[in-house]
Amino acid sequence: MKALRRLLGQAAIPVLSVITALLFGGVVIVLTDFDQLSKIGTDPAGAILGAIGGVAKAYGAMLTGAFGDPTRIQTALRTGATKDIATAIRPITETLVASMPLIFCGLGVAVSFRAGMFNIGGDGQLRLGALGATIAAIGLAGKMPPGLILVASIAAGTAAGAFWGFIPGLLKARTGAHEVITTIMLNYVSALVLFFALRSPDLRAAGSTVPVSKVLTPIVDVPKLITLPGIRLDFGFVVALVMALLCSWLLFRTTKGFELRASGFNLTAARYAGMSAGGSMMLAMTISGALAGMAGGFLVIGTVGQLSLDVAGGIGFNAIALALLAGLRPGGVVLAALLFGALTNGGKLMGVESGIPVDLLFFIMALVIMFVAAPGLIRGMWRIKGSAKPEATPATTPTAPATPTTP
Amino acid sequence: MRLELRDITKRFPGVLANDKISISADRGKVLGMLGENGAGKTTLMNILSGLYKPDSGQIFIDGEERVFGDPVAAIKAGVGMVHQHFMLVPVFTVVEAVALGAETVTDFLGTFNRAEARKRIVELSEQYKLDVDPDAKIETLPVGVRQRVEILKALYRQSDILVLDEPSAVLTPYETEELYSIIRSLAAAGTTVIFITHKLNEVLEVADDIVVLRRGRVAGSADPKTATRQELANLMVGRDVELIVPKGPAKPGDVILHMEALHVRDDRLEMAVKGVDLDVRAGEIVAIAGVQGNGQTELVEAITGLRPVDSGTITIGGTHTEKASPRHVSDLGVAHIPEDRGRDGLINPMSVAENYILDSYHKAPYSKRGILDLKAVRARAAQGVKDFDIRTPSIDTMAGSLSGGNQQKVVVAREFSVPVQLVVAAQPTRGLDVGSIEYIHRRIVEQRDAGAAILIVSTELDEVLAVGDRIAVMFDGRIVGILSGDDATYENLGLLMGGASFGGGVAA
Repeated sequence: MKALRRLLGQAAIPVLSVITALLFGGVVIVLTDFDQLSKIGTDPAGAILGAIGGVAKAYGAMLTGAFGDPTRIQTALRTGATKDIATAIRPITETLVASMPLIFCGLGVAVSFRAGMFNIGGDGQLRLGALGATIAAIGLAGKMPPGLILVASIAAGTAAGAFWGFIPGLLKARTGAHEVITTIMLNYVSALVLFFALRSPDLRAAGSTVPVSKVLTPIVDVPKLITLPGIRLDFGFVVALVMALLCSWLLFRTTKGFELRASGFNLTAARYAGMSAGGSMMLAMTISGALAGMAGGFLVIGTVGQLSLDVAGGIGFNAIALALLAGLRPGGVVLAALLFGALTNGGKLMGVESGIPVDLLFFIMALVIMFVAAPGLIRGMWRIKGSAKPEATPATTPTAPATPTTP
Repeated sequence: MRLELRDITKRFPGVLANDKISISADRGKVLGMLGENGAGKTTLMNILSGLYKPDSGQIFIDGEERVFGDPVAAIKAGVGMVHQHFMLVPVFTVVEAVALGAETVTDFLGTFNRAEARKRIVELSEQYKLDVDPDAKIETLPVGVRQRVEILKALYRQSDILVLDEPSAVLTPYETEELYSIIRSLAAAGTTVIFITHKLNEVLEVADDIVVLRRGRVAGSADPKTATRQELANLMVGRDVELIVPKGPAKPGDVILHMEALHVRDDRLEMAVKGVDLDVRAGEIVAIAGVQGNGQTELVEAITGLRPVDSGTITIGGTHTEKASPRHVSDLGVAHIPEDRGRDGLINPMSVAENYILDSYHKAPYSKRGILDLKAVRARAAQGVKDFDIRTPSIDTMAGSLSGGNQQKVVVAREFSVPVQLVVAAQPTRGLDVGSIEYIHRRIVEQRDAGAAILIVSTELDEVLAVGDRIAVMFDGRIVGILSGDDATYENLGLLMGGASFGGGVAA
């Protein structure tokens, strides 16, 4: 009971942030609905109802796009036609597909932030991971059974991402170079490495004019969770969930995790307690990079089946936002990634059905983050008790997520 | 002006911070407000300065009721605050910092009338013997002078009621003396001064009246001419406290900590410890007295492995530790109570339990092959909380939300949770109230009697005199004299701390 209440306390700000952002999104939909706005003088009631209807339609489409149409799923399951079932459940599986790399990268960001390292380099680490996995898959093609190639390519992707994360960790520990600068710069380097690698005839799709790799699916594929035509959801998602459990275990149950968190909160006190600050930095960045690299591996081997220049697509940056939304808790990262996955995926249908541009979703996501970053704003709007702290009251525990400080 | 607060009550969620507090101070008098941390002193002063609104109660100035909606109203009514933490822009000159927010202007463009401001500041500075250079940059000024700039700021705004919140916390003994004389001259000129502190000597020294707060209420008042330290301490804590923890004579055994010709550099690579020779034996407490910044910090960091040794020898229990890591030193059985518990000793956002294992999390019984045994952690932490009487809602409470005394108890409990042969304690009771000081001293004496060697570094003469079996005075990176606890007095220590070489001192 106590644990539940604490959980509710922790979730209050993120959940209310999402609701508030959706409400603001609704206001924007209304304000940009010129058909209804033009009627406001002649038929105010109709205009208001129409505007509300517009919002309902847009968010309804988003929900359907993200989770599917329940009646349709029911009918499809009753008739049992595989093609119908596939079409009916496709939206929700696509939401999970979209959230898979976000979970990996979000976990990576959470681990590094917990250790006080602002890993902005998720995109770069993901690219390197994707490249590593692609090279391994193509290089090993035909030399071993596909099952082994799968393991080897994901491992190669993970290792490549880990290496790309280790570099800024090492630079910070040894020279004090700030990881924000180095990871951002390594993002550019990784993009060019990818571009260069895709010029190689060994990797590049034969006869292609754009820099994309050969299609990897014939060589190796990640087993699907549901074998229906057009369903892309695969075991990568399960691995992502396992990684969330692992990260949680690492952070809260192991001595290494204890060191990471201690150094992240207070480097000086960690040093006084005999911990190696540099070691924690390098470890956190390596793990963070490895997780992003794993995302890259599963993207090219499973979801997409091909490596292209825009493989990262800003996932590494969205991961920062959702990790903060999650309060840097692995379980929260999974939920936040599902939310972001649902928004991006559902937004597509919203765009088609109600003509509202997908950009509205970026607006909503940005608002979510802004509200999470400003808990006082949300507390004020929803009139929930804050943590105004009088002098020396031991009982008050701030509910805001612990944000890391730069060492 | 005469100030009167009547039945002030202020409630925060879960706490009654001020419960019908009534105090008054006459024009030209110094009211000493004494109380432990959390007694409600700061809340009361924040009400007086307009930061908080009282739930009930009235404020009268010269018999007229005033209601302060915000700090600006309080300043207009003549109430000036000097906070514990200074609010000065470091790159400003004294004139700029003082005039900031109360500038007079020469024209409609809002040009700052610097000459006039400077003239007034010089006048005020002379009138009250503040001795502040109006053109010096704030960042170049020592802490004591910065505090005088804060006082100037209040005077510049024509405050007739001046509130000083724990003003001596950051001052050296000499600067504190200077502060007293400034306060006296302010009072003589008609300013009403409210002096908030938890230090007994200070109210006895400077106040005309003493009011003691305890748990949000007025516990009593006292006349400084007749009150004793003991009476005030008992009033403050609400029970009989021991200002000087009773301890038997030291029974010095083998040398545990040995330092010879020790040289250590500070962060700017200047030599901060310039050839220290000192032995600390098992079963004795050696206290190092000295004004902050004479190499004590660097000395402690060198002993505990946090700072490289430039040259010289350190051995702990016979083992050379000049190049040892902090963990290596700690593994030798060295307990370290660091100077700044918030920065060095605790991780505020982590729980009491996690802070309890902060330097032994990697060892049995907490760690088994790299995995934390949370059961063992919780059990041991709960035991530590019990043994050291740490007042915390639970072991899962964030360490940072505890009171200072309880935070320090967490540090001490952790450091004493394993057998130790040497205790290095830097400012172990800084900022703590009388009750906590008594407790921490008692624990340290216990360790001594159990056979540990104790090195205490403190800038508080009271502390040094209370616990030191031998007292070494550090000045400019050197030990300038060592006195036995019985021979040491405020006077001879004070002289040594100021750099006078002292005939009676025994070379190490």
